[in-house]
Amino acid sequence: MLIHAPILAIAVPLLGAFSLLGLAYLSRTLRNIWACLISAFTSAMAVAVAIRAFTEGVVVYTLGAASPTESVTAGGFPIRIVLVVDGLGAFMGLIAALAGVVALVYYFQYLKEEEGKSLGLSLLLLLWAGILGLVYTGDLFNFFVFLEITSIAACALIGYRTWESRPPEAAFKTMAMYTLGGLLVLISVGILYGEYDALNIAYLSKAITGSLLDKLALGLLLGGLLMKAGAVPAHMWAPDAYGEAPATATIVLVANTQAAIYAILRVVFTLFGGALAAPGIGWLIASLGITTVLVAVLMAVVQRHLGRLVAYGAVSQLGYMLLAVGVGAVARGGFGEVALTGGIFHMINDAASVGLLFFVVGAVRRATGSVDLLSLGGLGHTLRWEAGFFLLGALALAGIPPLNGFASKFLIYESTFRASPILAALALLASILLLAVVVRAFQGAFLGPKVREASPAPRGMLVAMGILALVIVVFGLFPGFFIERIVSPAVQAVLTGREAYLAAVLGG
Amino acid sequence: MSVIVRTISRVVAPVALAFGAYVIMHGHLTPGGGFQGGAVVASVVALLVVAFESGRWKKWKDVLLPLEDLGAMAFTILAFLGLGATFFRNILAGGGGLFGAPVPQLGPNPGALNTAGTLPLMNWAVGLKVIAGLGSVVILLSLFGREDG
Repeated sequence: MLIHAPILAIAVPLLGAFSLLGLAYLSRTLRNIWACLISAFTSAMAVAVAIRAFTEGVVVYTLGAASPTESVTAGGFPIRIVLVVDGLGAFMGLIAALAGVVALVYYFQYLKEEEGKSLGLSLLLLLWAGILGLVYTGDLFNFFVFLEITSIAACALIGYRTWESRPPEAAFKTMAMYTLGGLLVLISVGILYGEYDALNIAYLSKAITGSLLDKLALGLLLGGLLMKAGAVPAHMWAPDAYGEAPATATIVLVANTQAAIYAILRVVFTLFGGALAAPGIGWLIASLGITTVLVAVLMAVVQRHLGRLVAYGAVSQLGYMLLAVGVGAVARGGFGEVALTGGIFHMINDAASVGLLFFVVGAVRRATGSVDLLSLGGLGHTLRWEAGFFLLGALALAGIPPLNGFASKFLIYESTFRASPILAALALLASILLLAVVVRAFQGAFLGPKVREASPAPRGMLVAMGILALVIVVFGLFPGFFIERIVSPAVQAVLTGREAYLAAVLGG
Repeated sequence: MSVIVRTISRVVAPVALAFGAYVIMHGHLTPGGGFQGGAVVASVVALLVVAFESGRWKKWKDVLLPLEDLGAMAFTILAFLGLGATFFRNILAGGGGLFGAPVPQLGPNPGALNTAGTLPLMNWAVGLKVIAGLGSVVILLSLFGREDG
């Protein structure tokens, strides 16, 4: 069973997504139990894969072969589809597992039955399967397919409230950007396939010579993935999408965006890590990252829609990760290692803090029917837990010690300073602005005199928020423990793991 | 639509249906397969929706939606069957019985339909999903803007 864990983590939520709708016709209780079983099993598999990848090294699973490790056929060519999970993939799998489980806990009491609960659940599982597939696959075309699965499921979730006016618009905008990004990725896959007659990432990585066509393919891939990640100047879909999607889906959407960062790491360090390891790519990504941070934070200052405000905060955090990836690609070792540690650690911290904030926004919307900061106020009198969670998430987002955001952002500042003091100063400035933004949001929504009645969130939603709050505090108090256990293997996989990745798939 | 369109649709529809079924059934032998054949069949749905009044197809979408689910599930379960060795392992190929006949030698042959193990079954599953999925999309699109939609 455990030997099949990588594929089961993808196939089981996929099967679950399709079978849920059939079960929903029979009984809603049965559907709920089934969804819980599926998600428990999926996250258990993701954890099992992670443990194997952290302790035994790269995990390879070959689909359709006589045995899972038989990735190369006679002649030394990897013709079958492979799943390859190294430290980085395993770490992303853990983030996806956390996001999926928490989203499901939040889900049951958040959406009402008449809002099409079964369909939303099915889409959530589909998105989950897509993210896990994206981070586990070792095949470039499958990578594109999983990218499209996540895009379609994400857009359907964003436009979930079809009876309101703004969600369909947000979904359309997102779909346009995702499709354009997907096409760029597809063209790039086509170029590489035409050049080297292979789609296996490990094989391609070995074969790539750094020709003009390869550079073109790298540019197209990066362009498509940056669109998917929501980097400036292709960020305009992200605030709409996060702001309008049901709160339960946003944490999985955030994990989806982070999967794009994972893909950038995989492309820059593994696929093109041999022939095209120029520091120029790093500077490009870092400059896009810092632009994203600044633009997103400045846009967040002027928002009055609480969801969009948090969404711009989420985009700015993506910028920090890109900055770290860029600095890591400039140095590839030394302070680059510190940058990557910060960037990769920031992924799970961002998923927890942004996810928590969106959950609170969802609870506020559910309780009051509004997310307009000008009409909200004094919610702290009735929504006590939510107010506490919002403050915690907001401070973590702004990087205040001793919360988890501080631990990872500090590593990013420190290493960015070594690469370029100006970039570090700008990043620090943006972080201070972000603190001002979230404090204003907290003050506007939760403090002040009581202006309206609001019913507190049901227990299930509070439990989901509690889990994330726990992650924020524990990761903030003991960052060293987690960096050593789960982040450091991912960083090593990025920086020095290319040889091991290639050897695990191609043998020798 | 006019009587000319309706008459020609009546003639073309069965032929296109048969062609779609052929493409799905021979997916493992000739170019095409579940997706392409399914798209051909779904184009028949589009033809009928355009040629005849669209309101009468409305009830069909309730039939097609569960079928789509069924197709997707069948495909995944077929892949799960190989889990004794690996996911997607073709357990029926070469074992005699259903789709288990040996593959003929290279060279001209009339096409041995009874080969390729789980591949034809997977093509059928994909075909079912595409017929139901694209078919219900066509029907839903035709219902847009109608007062009873």
